[in-house]
Amino acid sequence: MIRYKSNLIILMVSRVVSPFIMLFALYVIFHGHYSAGGGFQGGTIMAASLLLMRLAAGREIAQLQFRTILGTPLGSIGVLIYFGTGFMAMLAGGEFLNYGFLPFAGFQAAELRSLGILMVEIGVGLAVMAILVAIYDDLLEGYPHD
Amino acid sequence: MITDILGIASAIAGAFFLLTGGIGLIRFPDFYSRNHATGKSDTLGIMLVIFGLMLIEGFTLNSAKLLFALIFVFLTNPAGTHALVNAALHSGLKPWFRKDKRKGEGSCTGK
Repeated sequence: MIRYKSNLIILMVSRVVSPFIMLFALYVIFHGHYSAGGGFQGGTIMAASLLLMRLAAGREIAQLQFRTILGTPLGSIGVLIYFGTGFMAMLAGGEFLNYGFLPFAGFQAAELRSLGILMVEIGVGLAVMAILVAIYDDLLEGYPHD
Repeated sequence: MITDILGIASAIAGAFFLLTGGIGLIRFPDFYSRNHATGKSDTLGIMLVIFGLMLIEGFTLNSAKLLFALIFVFLTNPAGTHALVNAALHSGLKPWFRKDKRKGEGSCTGK
């Protein structure tokens, strides 16, 4: 097998472009209420940014950015945020994921629904990002890399 | 009015370069020359199309978004072409050479 040496041009371009991809992912997540996008799409773009650094710089250097061991816990935390929002609304008297019943004081019903959708989308985005990076790392497990 | 005409002319020029890249992709013999054709002319074509759209749109927020798209196409399209060609070269793909019998055993047979 040919040893892979990281290429300087690709590494520099990836270093320049990767933060902008992350910024666009946050834009997609936080504009999911009232325009195109949402949690799943934003999480996928965020995972693309992390995987770009993994492909360009190699696995060991990319561990500084997002460690392999973080994949499963962050995915679980994202699912917990999603489930906790829905369950909080259910405890406060409504149905599961009925955002109008969320127990936050000082909000109108419409603002409360907007906030609930934002919380759910943050959870979904976190889960999708962590799980996609974890899938990539699991596929490379045992592969003879340098 | 004059910016509309300039924008349409720029978009048509970009479409011409995109067509050239597509013809090169079909007609060229091997991986490296095909990548050469699409990498260069597609970058220029997409940049000209986006620049023409910016001229038509005027000085607005959408024009700023198109400017960002132009900057990122300018950065990433040649880098992607470079990554493809670099990976092909590392995995041992030989470039294509014309098999010219008159020169005999020349140095550029590619074997």
